[in-house]
Amino acid sequence: MVRPIFTVIVTAFLLFGCGSEKETNDGRKIVNIGHVGPLTGPISHLGKDNERGASLAVDEANQLALVIEGEPIEFRLISQDDEANPQKATVVAQKLVDSAVVGVVGHLNSGTTIPASTIYYDSNVPQVSPSATAIDYTHQGYETAFRVMANDEQQGQVLGDYAVKTLEARNIAIIDDRSAYGKGLADEFERAVIKAGGNILTREFTDITKTDFTAILTTIKGLKPDLIFYGGMDSQAGPMMKQIKNLALAVEFLAGDGVQTKQFMVLSGAEGEGAYASSPGLPLDQMAGGKEFREKFKQVYREDIQLYAPFAYDAAFVMINAIMRANSLDPKTYAPFLRDTDFQGVTGRIRFDDRGDLEGGSISIYRVTNGEWAYIETISGSD
Amino acid sequence: MDIFAQQVLNGLVLGSVYALVALGYTMVYGILGLINFAHGEVVMIGAMVALAVVLFLTSVSPGLSPFLVIIFAGILAILVCMALAFFIERLAYRPLRNAPRLAPLITAIGISILLQNLAMIIWGRKYKTVPEIFPKETFELYGASITTVQIFIIAISAAIMAGLLVIVHFTKLGRAMRATSESQRVAGLMGINVNKIISVTFMIGAALAAIAGILVAANYSVAHYSMGFMLGLKAFTAAVLGGIGNLGGAVLGGLLLGLIESIGAGYIGDLTGGFLGSHYQDVFAFVVLIIVLVFRPTGIMGERVSERA
Repeated sequence: MVRPIFTVIVTAFLLFGCGSEKETNDGRKIVNIGHVGPLTGPISHLGKDNERGASLAVDEANQLALVIEGEPIEFRLISQDDEANPQKATVVAQKLVDSAVVGVVGHLNSGTTIPASTIYYDSNVPQVSPSATAIDYTHQGYETAFRVMANDEQQGQVLGDYAVKTLEARNIAIIDDRSAYGKGLADEFERAVIKAGGNILTREFTDITKTDFTAILTTIKGLKPDLIFYGGMDSQAGPMMKQIKNLALAVEFLAGDGVQTKQFMVLSGAEGEGAYASSPGLPLDQMAGGKEFREKFKQVYREDIQLYAPFAYDAAFVMINAIMRANSLDPKTYAPFLRDTDFQGVTGRIRFDDRGDLEGGSISIYRVTNGEWAYIETISGSD
Repeated sequence: MDIFAQQVLNGLVLGSVYALVALGYTMVYGILGLINFAHGEVVMIGAMVALAVVLFLTSVSPGLSPFLVIIFAGILAILVCMALAFFIERLAYRPLRNAPRLAPLITAIGISILLQNLAMIIWGRKYKTVPEIFPKETFELYGASITTVQIFIIAISAAIMAGLLVIVHFTKLGRAMRATSESQRVAGLMGINVNKIISVTFMIGAALAAIAGILVAANYSVAHYSMGFMLGLKAFTAAVLGGIGNLGGAVLGGLLLGLIESIGAGYIGDLTGGFLGSHYQDVFAFVVLIIVLVFRPTGIMGERVSERA
């Protein structure tokens, strides 16, 4: 039994806790920036990682004592949880719009970013996604939609080419998790493989709640492929890799950026050895401000970067940068400045094309060697 | 042919776990007519507690024999789950025993959400890796690969299910359970402590759930706070398929559902000429369920019983 007084306190906290203030104690105007990612659920570690990246950018911007239209301001990050669930994503997007944020950093997944982008577009709130890579996101004609990462079109093409030409795989099986990201990437991969002269044996499907893949892997085993491509996230890829080894399937394993994580190594253990995965952009150590960022992040949060934190950091800074150049908090005024961004971020030089896609995004390939993601090469995306 | 053997084997492994969990649903339904939707979460708690114990023991004394570690982890997980089930029944179901049937169903869902969030707070949100305590070996069987863990799953499930059937049909406790399920009032008049029997039923179900949780975690080498939800739903389906309230039915339903899922996912593409793919795996399983229920509304082994008052 919960004591009534406790309930009252919790309710009061919930009602008044979420930043309805207008000014800080020292009289600076509070400017809210939204952040959305999955803070609960199977990929909450990535959501938290993005939140930290964005939060770091906001804290750093605030140390500069920024002034807009003659008024000293302080940025605040309002972070929301979309549970990687498209329905929840639209709910929290509306919530952010209602609490008058000047812009949104997010969402993390493509499946959540796309439905939410309609709400931001209708309310004229600019949105910079750190990590939504599905092609559709920027192809809806919304001038509020931006991203700071190469999209799946570029990534899928590079991976398909790499599988056929570099890994010399002739017969390929594809599995995807039926999310906007996984399916989109797998579609592009399939197209690129066929173009490069490879042969697609089968396409199998799973979803983000599953940990048992033995049935589809057994079917795949019967087809004797050289390579299995997985369009999806690390939480599935880890156990999948173990089951591939349990079934004595002798294949190469290739996946996209959702798998190129520490968590994949933790989940797949010794069986993860030899897996390939790509990641948009350069490896952290080769990024312009990568090493510095890694240390700064570790110092503040006492934990390593998971995956997209540098992109979330850049996304937040690109937005703050546009606001400062426009000298306006009005999205209508600063949105054109966002489109004209030419910003040297941690992840590299950021410029947007007419759709809001990152110009000249590159893709890097990694392979698990001795329990670490070893960098192999970077292939620049062609537009 | 080796592919078919492999799919059957996959299905048996999956089905054994469904059957273990389904027994918990069916036992409680048999006695109370209540669907204990928090049962899947008990499976998860079992896996998480066992994992925590294993991690603790292997870090404190790395030299400890793996056999001792697993026994200790298993016993502790079972005890925690039994205590949990006892309190769930006491707090969420017993006060509502004479309430409309919808009320305990809602508290069951509430408990399920509560346990999931509690586990998330205690163990975090990440998928956790389960260490391999025993060295894993893969064997060849009629052209299919099977790991030691999978052999273990099938063997232990079979042994436990046999043991449960013996308890229910050949012991005094079992007789009391069967009497209670027929009529609580009459059983009470015959000197059976009905509340105690109901508590014991919940606790036996929880013990099976804890074991199922450990087996699942060991097989897939992952455990996480939301792992019980879908498993619980599938096991419930298995219990309905076999005839809810019937122990043999739960076992049959579990094995059947495992086989249907695995063979369905494997062959649905070939059967439909590539028109439907493996994303119809779950659809296939539920279509079979619907067909069975259309022709046998009480499930495969369920008996026609008059609706409870």
